[in-house]
Amino acid sequence: MAAKTENQRAWFFVIPVILLVAFNAIVPLMTVVNYSVQETFGNNQFFWSGVTWFEETLKSERFQAALGRQLLFTAIILAIEIPLGIAIALSMPRSGPWVSVCLVLMSLPLLIPWNVVGSMWNIFALPDIGLLGYTLNAMGFNYDYTQQPLAAWATLIAMDVWHWTSLVVLLSYAGLISIPDAYYQAAKIDGAGKWAVFRHIQLPKMKRVLTIAILLRFMDSFMIYTEPFVLTGGGPGNATTFLSIDLVKKALGEFDLGPAAAMSLIYFLITLLVSWLFYTVMMRNEGEES
Amino acid sequence: MARITLDNLRHSYLPNPKSDEDYALQQIDLEWQDGGAYALLGPSGCGKSTLLNIISGLIEPTQGRILFGDVDVTNVPPAARNIAQVFQFPVIYDTMTVYDNLAFPLRNRGVGKAQVDARVREIAEMIDMTDMLNRRAANLTPDNKQKISMGRGLVRDDVNVIMFDEPLTVIDPHLKWKLRSKLRELHERINLTMIYVTHDQTEALTFADQVVVMDEGVVVQIGTPVELFERPTHTFVGHFIGSPGMNLLPCEVREGQAFFHDSHVPVEGGKTSAAGSRLEIGVRPEFVSFASEGLSVDVVKITDAGRHRIVETRAGDTAIKLFVDDGMSIPEGTAHLAFDQNRTRVYADGWLAEESR
Repeated sequence: MAAKTENQRAWFFVIPVILLVAFNAIVPLMTVVNYSVQETFGNNQFFWSGVTWFEETLKSERFQAALGRQLLFTAIILAIEIPLGIAIALSMPRSGPWVSVCLVLMSLPLLIPWNVVGSMWNIFALPDIGLLGYTLNAMGFNYDYTQQPLAAWATLIAMDVWHWTSLVVLLSYAGLISIPDAYYQAAKIDGAGKWAVFRHIQLPKMKRVLTIAILLRFMDSFMIYTEPFVLTGGGPGNATTFLSIDLVKKALGEFDLGPAAAMSLIYFLITLLVSWLFYTVMMRNEGEES
Repeated sequence: MARITLDNLRHSYLPNPKSDEDYALQQIDLEWQDGGAYALLGPSGCGKSTLLNIISGLIEPTQGRILFGDVDVTNVPPAARNIAQVFQFPVIYDTMTVYDNLAFPLRNRGVGKAQVDARVREIAEMIDMTDMLNRRAANLTPDNKQKISMGRGLVRDDVNVIMFDEPLTVIDPHLKWKLRSKLRELHERINLTMIYVTHDQTEALTFADQVVVMDEGVVVQIGTPVELFERPTHTFVGHFIGSPGMNLLPCEVREGQAFFHDSHVPVEGGKTSAAGSRLEIGVRPEFVSFASEGLSVDVVKITDAGRHRIVETRAGDTAIKLFVDDGMSIPEGTAHLAFDQNRTRVYADGWLAEESR
């Protein structure tokens, strides 16, 4: 075997990145880890408390309820946005002047900041003066998102679908237009119907971008904070108190540093774990492909 | 299976074509016999792919008819034409196994399970892929993928014609030859009409019984490989086929005799009827040799091409190339050339004068 070339100079190139990552990720994360295993009664005095906070958080009904709401919300979001996004991408034109019109229209919601989206929908859906809320009530629906948990959920979901379906559309569309014409021609000659074309050509070719779309939408909706904060503030009651809203309440509202830190870590690990599961499952067959 | 007739065909990609230049495909009348192996040969943009897509039904011609046998299929969609096509880049269904890929066209047409199985196995054996039937098609090499896309055409027993659109483009050079002979072998075995589109003369000449040479939307010659080589009816065929292509010498015609730089060049048949604004003598490098007398030229360059050498000479501004076998001596400086009279012809405005077209 040939001797390996030793070259320590490579470290000079890696060190800046390590320092950067250390300051913006590792150090803050370790601070949280630090809080999560200690108890404090103020005065900057800390006592070792082991895994107490983790046990307490996992057992607490409040956390379980927030987690349940969070999972349900994310599941609904994905179940609506992914199929809807694919459907819209499929019906978009592949060439001609309408392509750019569609792309611009699709990108618009993505360009609006989260808190603005929240404020927009807050006013839009107000039952007494908002266009949507007023119209719905005028049509005879009893709708008030500030009072009814179901209405609050529906508004949040509609808002998220409005805001983020475009992302799925754009990614799917990018996957679709990369399919060479020959595939469609071959499918025509082979007598494949619309469903067969979708199932055997379009869907497999969109798989990579869809994986990314699902991952992004999962992580984003799982960590959703600004929109429910602006729209409902977590209410009515606790109906829209998702994990991050609950976390902020605990950490900044109640200043319960230990339990809040433990909760952050659990939250972080769940996000990481689910993302990893998604990715592994969706890429299962990818390794053997060229 | 059927005879294919192209009747008065013309195509333009513009909605309202006016002049000839608007047409990607000039008027074509052609008849292809059942079971023949044909090649469409021409440079990029000559209209050969347009013609192919018209036959497959992916494009509807602006004018004219296509007949399969006696049936007019001009307005019939591709799926109903019973054709098969192999594309430049292998088209396979990534998520399926080789078996499912081959079965796909049959299943789409509602063929029974037992019959699908029998047919798939038969074709797999024909294209040497029996042992790969259960593998995922996505992991195969390009040549095997190309064989699958061919196999998908072959599984249907009602196929009228199978068309190849530059199918060897992405295949490694050492496999090209193998796949090409496989194609020939299949053609002899199943006796199906095959149309092979390519810009590679070697592929066209080795594959086809009849080659259709196209240039700028016009069919310039239809003939066997030998005819194309020995008697090109258009200067385009002369220089497109052959390496290097045919020599073209601007000439004058006086009383049926051709003159180049005032020296008389005897041509096929002894006399020519050529008349036109641009007259040229065409003779392939293979049929030019050094002689003790005749047209005087300067030897400019010698290129070794293995079994023979290509010598480039000049007479005034005109380059004349010729082949000299190994072992023959090549004169230096000024030399004299002789042309094989039976392979020397006069072309008027590009077209062979003696050919009525």
